[in-house]
Amino acid sequence: MIRRAPRGLAEHAPILFPALMLVVFFVIPFSLMIAVSVFRRVPGGFYEPDLVFANYERFLTAFFGGVMSFSLGLAALVAALSVGIAFPFTYRLVKLPRRAQIRWLVFLLSILSLSEVIIGFAWSTLLSRTAGITNLFVALGLMAEPQSLSPSFGALLAGLVYQAFPYTVLVLYPALARLDPYLEEAARTLGSSPLRAFFTVVVPALRNTIVATTIMVFVFALGSYLLPQLLGRPQHWTLSVLITDQAIYQSNMPFAAAMAVFLVLVSLALVGLALLAGRREETA
Amino acid sequence: MNETTGKQGLHAALTGGIGRRAVLAGAGTLATVAAIGFPNIVRAQSKTLKVGVYGGYFKESFEKHIFPEFSKATGITVEAIAEPTGEAWLVQLEQAARARQAPADVSMMSQVAMLKGASAELWAPFDLSKIPNAAKVVPHLVNKYPDGKVSGIGAVSWYITLVTNTKSYPQAPDSWAALWDPANKDKLGLLALVSNSFLLEVTAATFFGGTKHLDSEQGQLDCFKKLAELKSNVKLWYRDEAQFEASLKSGEIPMGQYYHDVTGLAAADGQPVRSTFPKEGGILDSGSWAVTRASKAGDLAHVFVDYMCQPSIQALLSRKVGTAPTIDRKMTDLTDQEFAAVSSDIAPIIPRYDLYTSKSDWLNQKWTEMIVG
Repeated sequence: MIRRAPRGLAEHAPILFPALMLVVFFVIPFSLMIAVSVFRRVPGGFYEPDLVFANYERFLTAFFGGVMSFSLGLAALVAALSVGIAFPFTYRLVKLPRRAQIRWLVFLLSILSLSEVIIGFAWSTLLSRTAGITNLFVALGLMAEPQSLSPSFGALLAGLVYQAFPYTVLVLYPALARLDPYLEEAARTLGSSPLRAFFTVVVPALRNTIVATTIMVFVFALGSYLLPQLLGRPQHWTLSVLITDQAIYQSNMPFAAAMAVFLVLVSLALVGLALLAGRREETA
Repeated sequence: MNETTGKQGLHAALTGGIGRRAVLAGAGTLATVAAIGFPNIVRAQSKTLKVGVYGGYFKESFEKHIFPEFSKATGITVEAIAEPTGEAWLVQLEQAARARQAPADVSMMSQVAMLKGASAELWAPFDLSKIPNAAKVVPHLVNKYPDGKVSGIGAVSWYITLVTNTKSYPQAPDSWAALWDPANKDKLGLLALVSNSFLLEVTAATFFGGTKHLDSEQGQLDCFKKLAELKSNVKLWYRDEAQFEASLKSGEIPMGQYYHDVTGLAAADGQPVRSTFPKEGGILDSGSWAVTRASKAGDLAHVFVDYMCQPSIQALLSRKVGTAPTIDRKMTDLTDQEFAAVSSDIAPIIPRYDLYTSKSDWLNQKWTEMIVG
C-alpha cells in the first residue's frame, strides 16, 4: 500500500477517469448554467449572451424566498421521514434469512423502475374521492362518505417518501449488513433492553451513514418537480416546479438558470454545514 | 380498411418484418398513386417529412385519418412527432435550431408560441407562390413577420370552453361566472399558465365588458384581483391535459376549462362529460403550421401545408379531429350540424396574444404570485 501521497502521472492514473467524468457531466454543464444565468433575457423571445444580474435580482424577493424555504423544508422533512422509516426497516431486514432479504431487495428495486409520473398518478388515484382508499373506509363503516385526500400536503409528502424509500434502504443496507453483531450482543449481555441497545449502540455506530443518507435523500427530494404538480396545491409547488415553468413554458432560460444556480448553492451550503456539524461532534 | 393496411405495410417495411417482394410491390403502388396525384413531385416519393402535432389524441387522429391520405396523394411519408402542449415545444425547437437540428420539419404551433418564435426568427418564411391554397385561409390566421414575410399558416382552430361532468351537474352552466360561484368550491380544473389558460380574457369578458379592458395595466390588475377570488374553487391547476381529462371523466374534478374538440369526442365515446359555450363566448385559439429554420425539408413542407389548406381536408379535420376550419366555412361542404359540433354562433373570446409577447414576464410573475401566494 502506498502511504505517501501519489506522485507523477502513473500514480494519479486511477483517479483520472472519475475526474474526467466529473468534469464532463458536472463541471461543464454547471458552468454553462452559470453562464446562461447572466445572459440577457429578450422579453417575448429567448436570450442573448451578456453579463447582467437582473435574473438574480428578480429572484431576491419575498415571494421566491418563501418558495425556496418551503422547498428546503419539504426536502428536509422527506429526508427525515424516509431515514426514520427506512433505518429501522433495514435493521430488521438484515436480520432476516438471506432468501427473504433477496426477495425484499428485488421488490424494492422494482419500485425504483416506476417512473415519477406513474407514482404520482397512482397516489392521486389512491387518494381520490371516486376511486380512492376512503371508499374502503366507508365500506368498513369508518367514514360516513368518501373524501378526496389529494391534492394536499399530506398526499405530496406520502408520494415523495414513497419514492425516496427504496433509495434510502438500498444506501443503508450495506452499512447495516456489515455492522458487527457482537456490538449489540455485548450491550444486551450487559443488560440493556433491545430498544436501548438499538438507540445507544446501533444508531451511534452508524451515525456517519445516517447523516450521509439523509443528505442524499434531501438532495433527491429537492429536485422533485413532477410530484408537487400532481399531488400538491400551488402553495406546495417547489422551486423546481417554478424553474421548470420558466425553462420549459416561458422560454426564460436565464432566469431558470439563475434560480437553479441559487438552489444548487444553497443546498451545497446546507450539506457543507451538516458535514461540518458532524465533524465537530466527532472531535468533541 | 385501406388505411390500416397501408399503415401496417409501412410499419412492416420499417421494421423489416415482411418479405422484400411485398415492400417492392407496396413501393410500386405508392409511386403510381403519387405519379397520378401530383406528377411534378414524384421525385419526392422516397422522402420523409417530420410533422409535429400535439401528442395524445390529436396525434392519433392525424395519424389515422389525415397523414395516410396525404402520403397517398403526394408520396411523401409523414413521420408524426408528438409535441408537448404550450410553449415547451417552442423551447425545444429553438434549442435544437441553435444546434442546427430539426426535431420536426413542420410543427403545429399555438399563437403565443408563433409570436415568440417569430421574435427569435425561428420560422423559415413560407413562399406563398408554392402554396396556392393558402389564399383560402382567413387572413388573420396567416402569421407574418414585421417585414411582411409569412411565418405561419393557419392549421386548425379550436375552442376552449366550460366543461362539466354530466353526473355531477345535470344542468349545464351557461356562463363563465360559474367558475366564481361559491357553490363550486374545490371543484374546478383550470390551466396552470397565464399564456395558455387565457383566463384574464375570460375575466375581462365576463366582468369588465370585454377584452379591451386589458389594454391598460390597471385593467390587467383588475382582472388579476377578480381572478384571485376563484382560487378557493380550484382543485387542480393543470399543465398536463391527461391529468384533468381523467378527473373530469371520473367526476373527481367535475368542472373546468378544457378543449371543446376532445370533450366532444369523449362524450361521443359515452363518457359523462359535456362542453358548453358560455354566453360570453368560448375561447377561440388556433394553431399554425410553421417550419423551423433548421429544417432541410422546406420543399416538402410547402407541399404539406398546401395540402392541409384544401377545403376538403379542412372539412375532414372538422369531422375526424373535431377542430374548426381555418378557411371560410362556405368553401367547405360541412353541414350546419357538422359545423355546430365544432364551433358556435356566439361571438368568441379572442385571446390578447399581443400581451403575451409585450408583457409576458410581468404577466407570468403576477400570475404565479396570484395562484401560488
